[in-house]
Amino acid sequence: MLFTSYSFIAFILVLFVIYYLVPRRFQWMLLLLASYLFYFLASPEYLIYISLTTVSTFLAAFRIGRLADAHQSHLAAHKSSLTRDERKAGKEALKQRQRRLLVACMLLNFGLLAVMKYTNFALANVNGLLQAFGSERQLAFLNIALPMGISFYTFQSMGYLLDVYRGKTSAQKNVFRLALFVSFFPQLVQGPISRYDELAQTLYGPHKPDWTHISYGLQRILWGFFKKLVIADRILVAVNTIIRTPEEYQGVFVLVGMLFYTLQLYADFTGGIDITIGIAEVLGIRVQENFNAPFLARNITDYWRRWHISMGTWFRDYLFYPLSVSRPMLNLSRSARRKLGESLGKRVPVYLCTLIVWFATGIWHGSSWNFIVWGLLNGVVIMVSQACEPLYTRFHQRFQVKERLAYRAFEIVRTTLLMSAIRLFDCYRDVPLTFRMFGTMFTTPNYGQLFHGQAMQLGLSGADYLVLAAGVAIIVASGIRRKPGSMRERLEPLPAAWRYAAMYLLLIAILLFGAYGVGYDASQFIYNQF
Amino acid sequence: MDELIGILEGLHPDVDFRQTAGLIDDGVLDSFDIISLVAEIDNIFDVQIPAAEIVPENFNSAQALQDLIERLSDD
Repeated sequence: MLFTSYSFIAFILVLFVIYYLVPRRFQWMLLLLASYLFYFLASPEYLIYISLTTVSTFLAAFRIGRLADAHQSHLAAHKSSLTRDERKAGKEALKQRQRRLLVACMLLNFGLLAVMKYTNFALANVNGLLQAFGSERQLAFLNIALPMGISFYTFQSMGYLLDVYRGKTSAQKNVFRLALFVSFFPQLVQGPISRYDELAQTLYGPHKPDWTHISYGLQRILWGFFKKLVIADRILVAVNTIIRTPEEYQGVFVLVGMLFYTLQLYADFTGGIDITIGIAEVLGIRVQENFNAPFLARNITDYWRRWHISMGTWFRDYLFYPLSVSRPMLNLSRSARRKLGESLGKRVPVYLCTLIVWFATGIWHGSSWNFIVWGLLNGVVIMVSQACEPLYTRFHQRFQVKERLAYRAFEIVRTTLLMSAIRLFDCYRDVPLTFRMFGTMFTTPNYGQLFHGQAMQLGLSGADYLVLAAGVAIIVASGIRRKPGSMRERLEPLPAAWRYAAMYLLLIAILLFGAYGVGYDASQFIYNQF
Repeated sequence: MDELIGILEGLHPDVDFRQTAGLIDDGVLDSFDIISLVAEIDNIFDVQIPAAEIVPENFNSAQALQDLIERLSDD
């Protein structure tokens, strides 16, 4: 059930009504039922996988929490009689037992994710190697369907488990409540990857109907549909025309495709997240923001602080930091400093961890070399810009341009172009083709063709371009704001008639200009496939 | 404290670490800096900072970091 389908709209409208009619203590149970129904409608067999993740995470976290509680009780009861060494030994024994549970549960869940998501990719690579070495033997692929949202709910569940292990949050004692955290349907298919301690604050209610939340939520849902149906699904036609016929569309068309895809991905993903946050808001539940004006980023590190924030912080907190401060990395840091000198040596482990994390980020997005190269390129650019930091500092000491508007605009355009270029790996079918198409931007002098009618042959009419231009203008206007959410708060003091008029206009824009209708199949959200 | 300030100034010579709070909240230290810092602290103070302790409140000021080092050395 796509977010943009009529059945989904009917599903959430019915849910909204029932949610505020049932006794409030049952609201979270209704949400659990709705989430499992949503998942069941996608495919009944998916329920097996999500239930397995839920139950294993619940049991491991529950036991880890119990062990910590027992340890605390023991300490409290024997406070005066225990020596410092005994306390230390007790703590170490506790950590060891907790670690065993943690590792077992993570192996099970990440193992499941790996088998479901990467087996066929691994087999394809083995087959490639066999062929390269002249063997005629080819391994058969597994016929398995990737459970919807498995990357998102596995990461969310393992984040919760790690938080319990670290003592950051208490273990949930009700398996059904944890099941709702894992399966909460608005965020199940494309995130955000919520943190338990944040989402749990509002997930379980009770919630009285609050008109401000409901109207803000409905506005946010409309805004998401506008981005998805009016912008993303419209421009998708031109993007597909360009990337699916690479022998025909080269040079300037690669540049156009690159910029169009950037716009498509932005409108698609942020639109989907707007719908998610909007649905949650109508239900009185606060889901964290996943974007903060990413195309105002001044460098790639800044970009990744603004784009898909929940994924970036997940990798940072649960992979980058633990890996970087692990004993082997600290030892590597010491030996690298001895052998390579202070300045270079201390960078070695940080760079190694950066590459590992970006490799993982790449492969998390999809089981293909395109995503791996995409991830590694991000890592390399971040490392290069980090290594160039002293140069930037000297430059800015010499030239006082850092806060000048023109320089900021240059940084923003540079970052956007760089990120868009790396995103080409999402588009073309393989890595060599992506590099080749990127190269044609500089080697195929066909920039004049764009102004001689070719732009009209990409599947978009003049009216489509006008709608896109207007849509982008509206997005830019709403994006020029100092803090998230302030746009609608600025609308709030306006007379009700104006606010309703704005909402009706948005609705009419979606109905009139949305890329859907009879015979048109609203496209799957891009991030659903991850 | 002086030793710790020395490490921090090695990362960002232009920042007055004795006076600045909000090192994480205001983006003075990024994740690269934090990892370099953890490795330096391990090297000089022989104190291992676990990943669970890498939270803004422990890294927002030199004083917070000093308190963390002292707490971990006592453990």
